[in-house]
Amino acid sequence: MDPSTSSAITLNINGEKHTLSVDHRTTLLDALRERLDLTGTKKGCDQGQCGACTVLLDGQRAVSCLQLAVSAEGRDITTIEGIAEGERLHPVQQAFLDLDGYQCGYCTPGQICSAVAMIEEHAAGWPSAVSDDLRPDAAPAPLTADEIRERMSGNLCRCGAYVQIVEAVTEAAAAGNKAGNRAGKAGKEAAA
Amino acid sequence: MREFGYQRAVDVSGAVAQLGADPEARFLGGGTNLVDLMKIGVERPAQLVDISGLPLGQIESTEGGGLRIGATVTNSDLAAHPEVRRRYPALAQAVLAGASGQLRNMATVGGNLLQRTRCGYFTDVTQPCNKRAPGSGCPAIEGEHRNHAILGASEHCVAVHPSDMGVALAAFDAVVSYETADGPEGATSGGELPIADFYRPVGDTPHLETALPPGALITGVTLPPAPVSARSRYRKVRERASYAFAIGSVAAALDVRDGAVHDVRLAFGAVASRPWRAREAERALIGAPADADTFAAAADAELAAAQPLPENGYKVTLMHNLVVAVLTELREETAR
Amino acid sequence: MTTATTGTTSVKGSHGAPHTRVEGPEKVTGAARYAGDVPFAELAHGWLALSTVTRGRIRSVETGPVLAMPGVLAVLHHGNAPHVDTDYVGLLGVPDPTAAVFQNDRVPHRGWPVALVVAETSEQAREAAEALVVEYEEEPHDIAFSAGRPDAYASGGPQGQDVEEKGDLEAELAASAVVVDEEYTTPEEHHNPMEPHAATARWEGGRLEVVDSNQGSTWIVNELAKLFSLDPSSVRVRSEHVGGAFGSKGVRAHQVAAVMAATVLQRPVRVVLTRRQMFSLIGYRSPTTQRIRLGADADGRLRALEHDSLSLTSTVHEFVEASAGVARVMYDAPAHRTANRVVRLDVPTPTFMRAPGEAPGSFALESALDELAEKCGIDPIELRARNDPETGPVSGLPFSSRNLLACFSEGARRFGWADRDPRPGMRREGHRLIGTGTAAASFPARAIPSTAAVTAEADGTFTVRITASDVGTGARTALTLIAAEALDVATDQVRVRIGDSDFGQAMIAGGSMGTRSWGWAVTAAARDLREQLALGGSIPPEGITARSDTSAAIGALAATERHSFGAQFAEVSVDTATGEVRVQRMLGIFAAGRIVNPLTARGQFVGGMTWGISMALHEEAVRDQSSGGNVGADFAGYHVAANADVPHVEAGWVDDPDPDDPVGIKGIGEIGIVGAAAAIANAVWHATGVRHRSLPIRPDRVLLAGEGTQRV
Repeated sequence: MDPSTSSAITLNINGEKHTLSVDHRTTLLDALRERLDLTGTKKGCDQGQCGACTVLLDGQRAVSCLQLAVSAEGRDITTIEGIAEGERLHPVQQAFLDLDGYQCGYCTPGQICSAVAMIEEHAAGWPSAVSDDLRPDAAPAPLTADEIRERMSGNLCRCGAYVQIVEAVTEAAAAGNKAGNRAGKAGKEAAA
Repeated sequence: MREFGYQRAVDVSGAVAQLGADPEARFLGGGTNLVDLMKIGVERPAQLVDISGLPLGQIESTEGGGLRIGATVTNSDLAAHPEVRRRYPALAQAVLAGASGQLRNMATVGGNLLQRTRCGYFTDVTQPCNKRAPGSGCPAIEGEHRNHAILGASEHCVAVHPSDMGVALAAFDAVVSYETADGPEGATSGGELPIADFYRPVGDTPHLETALPPGALITGVTLPPAPVSARSRYRKVRERASYAFAIGSVAAALDVRDGAVHDVRLAFGAVASRPWRAREAERALIGAPADADTFAAAADAELAAAQPLPENGYKVTLMHNLVVAVLTELREETAR
Repeated sequence: MTTATTGTTSVKGSHGAPHTRVEGPEKVTGAARYAGDVPFAELAHGWLALSTVTRGRIRSVETGPVLAMPGVLAVLHHGNAPHVDTDYVGLLGVPDPTAAVFQNDRVPHRGWPVALVVAETSEQAREAAEALVVEYEEEPHDIAFSAGRPDAYASGGPQGQDVEEKGDLEAELAASAVVVDEEYTTPEEHHNPMEPHAATARWEGGRLEVVDSNQGSTWIVNELAKLFSLDPSSVRVRSEHVGGAFGSKGVRAHQVAAVMAATVLQRPVRVVLTRRQMFSLIGYRSPTTQRIRLGADADGRLRALEHDSLSLTSTVHEFVEASAGVARVMYDAPAHRTANRVVRLDVPTPTFMRAPGEAPGSFALESALDELAEKCGIDPIELRARNDPETGPVSGLPFSSRNLLACFSEGARRFGWADRDPRPGMRREGHRLIGTGTAAASFPARAIPSTAAVTAEADGTFTVRITASDVGTGARTALTLIAAEALDVATDQVRVRIGDSDFGQAMIAGGSMGTRSWGWAVTAAARDLREQLALGGSIPPEGITARSDTSAAIGALAATERHSFGAQFAEVSVDTATGEVRVQRMLGIFAAGRIVNPLTARGQFVGGMTWGISMALHEEAVRDQSSGGNVGADFAGYHVAANADVPHVEAGWVDDPDPDDPVGIKGIGEIGIVGAAAAIANAVWHATGVRHRSLPIRPDRVLLAGEGTQRV
């Protein structure tokens, strides 16, 4: 490949290093799917308008379709394939399974990655657009159904499984969201 | 998307030098707007200078109680910051009202200021658009313009600026700092633009959106101290409850003393090519009784200049109602 | 009620035990491979180029510069593409030429496929397709859809009747104490499944293999075989996981283009549609304009009912959104007229979309019923009870079961309908007005002959093979439960394999007929197998397989009015300052046959109702009159309901097993959306006193409607 329009990069994905040469145009989403056979991350719109491609970058949720692969070098990337701890499902995954938080399953990896990070964001005290009181010294808003609905609105589900998604996230958050967490930025701040 | 070169910048002067005077080069921040525009062919850069690693990710207090916000601070960090929430709650609310959690984690303050309109003709390269292809025409004026401008537009372009954050920045008199090349040897010098001067009027050059010099890099935004801003809020109306651009929004701050408006800040979103500071309304409010009649009259004073198109006249009613509703809520909050 | 049965059935209870999805662990870990996820060696990437004019002829395709671009392997267009044969009648009638790509130089709408660029990488293919210059001879276009089109003509499409009428409509209207005469409109709506259409084609050992995302793999095999003049046995289509379909995933341009390219290049070629391309290539729901005329006595009993619906189609293929059909099932009157009409315009061809006909038709009819209830001063549920017909209003046939009123009474109890003040505009909370509304729902219950094979394995387990498609309905899990019940074994003893055309002919996932049709075939094969096993003897290593074909059993069904029914309830709040409408709660009670798996069935009902919220408040594709294309053809411009738009939606059901189906199934995929938008619109009226007869009920429409909302 033309060295002026491509680069050799190393991506740190789910704790493993992958070295590859990428066309600068390649998004992280396409690098995962077409170069590394990590196809759990889905392409729904390729424009940052649906959330199906959500992954964790340094522990924070992000849409991988608008992230150039070359620019993701040096960051900790967690995909749906890295959410479970071995054979043991993450509480969010288990809740989606138990409570039927999906139908066709295509938006599901993005929903799950998003929920895992969102629960941490909430625990770190990040407010949302429906939080009543934004003052930093106010008591943290509980993770109500309305808070979950707003915070999960970046993940469209065309099958219409939102009701069950909210139930699943509620249950997983109550379960403590403990297992399988890769301590993210928000989590670290909360711990600090 | 055409092939392009890519460089990572490690410091501000290096970034400015790397971009140089190349009109086909772009700074890459969070990428949430630029990469999308590259995918749909609206932007076709030959070179990207990645500024996401620049040391511009801090939010610091300034003397007197203002804030200086680095250009690469993400929307999420901005909205979660304790001093933003304490001193400028409308700014935190505005940021939280925009996009989604994922996008707020990626998008930066500098990029937010520079984001392009979501007009459906601008984002479709098979259509004419004076903003994207100067001189090609504006099909929105005769076509689909339900969410287009009612203030400050021209016969050349009726697109609206999509930013929520910018509306709060306009209300709070933010000042944009930038760095630009100065001389041939890679030297740079700084400059500042008040938000009121940052966006250019549409006129017959809708493709020229800001007053930034060519090749300039936004390094940060400074919010001057203003006690009134601690009693502020942002209200956004959109066609679904979340994850949608505004059809109208208001950022407002209000200080009522002895029943009269002592100080006020008011800015509108989704009504013009830029975040719209409602100075006529502010003038009508200062010193007047803090009641619904005053609020309504102030809204009308600002909206007297509105020139709605056939399908977006509702925005005049919407903005009138929003101004009254938000100021009323702030007055009641102050009274508590 | 007793009707003729097949004599093979012992109907069980109203529902089975809840069961999580059998493929669930794969779906929550990212291991489930959808069509675009299956890796192939030597894969080439195809990217479609679409027309930028709305009507005309292609003058030239400038392939030279593009072929010189890095990685580009081929450019297929009407000048060099393989010939395909469209002179056949398939499952859904004659083929839509939109899928039979690159056969001539005509451009019948904007976004018509004009070329496929194939390259080594997707980045190269995309850039080359965007760089491809196509010159057109442009002609004036006509896309203006309106009620007054003089060129509209009556048609019900291949599936339905155009006009049905009885009695003297004008005389009955004249004799009516109360008349409702209104026009209702619904906009162009798009399926937008989360998974874009994707297909990879390759030739392997003389056989064409396509890994695809579709609603029925044998359906795609049959169509591709006819298009490319192949023996169906030499085509194999696999579609293991499907990321939503809703009617859009049949034979489309991407499969045909991929087969052409794989044939020309003799290597695997994948074609994936972009979200934008989906707006012109996969079909959509036509806009409708519907006139309803109701005439009734003072007590609300109907004397006259007219439902006249106009939809649009393309100039190359007829599809009719038969919205008037719902009135043929719901209400009778001495004078009864229903008409489906269509007009041909320079637009893409519309197609089946979740509850085709019933979704827009029920919005108009059930809104009109609410208006009649208001005018008569009768409770909307009581009005429907007074007009509940004994037999099919048009057919005169008996209903296999009609438990609509049971749905209303259960729904009214759970929703708290009795406490409702019928007067509009009475509930105010701050600057919000609150209202409640209701509407009826129905959807046909049909079955199509299918085949299945059930194998008793030597290890004591059972394998079911059927060319079913699980588009998110939970079909794979439901069939597992059905097979286990028929075999009388535990569910973990049964493995169901679907989505492979080599398993034989079967119904598609469509028309709420999939699980019913497949369940019938699986049950028949399983029962046959049990009889064979009952004879005793050991199971050989290859197992013992029983096969079924339900053609005879389904062909022997007596003619009857067989439908699911439902009652929808909604509570909305309307912000009088901003015009924002939010659904606060929603309840649907359904009589929809036996519920095989309550866990996934709830998802189908609630999912349909969520579509109803989306239809009522958000969805609308805007077509630019000047250019002929959609403006904002993406998820930012075309809003589907987001999580924050959907409150706690509840669904339930009453006992209603179908007496003639071996499992008791009727079908549940579509009825959830039917009537949902009307219930919401009726609630908006109850909140504000203003009728919204055009969807979606946007803030600007609410603000401009005046009453109840105004400048504050």
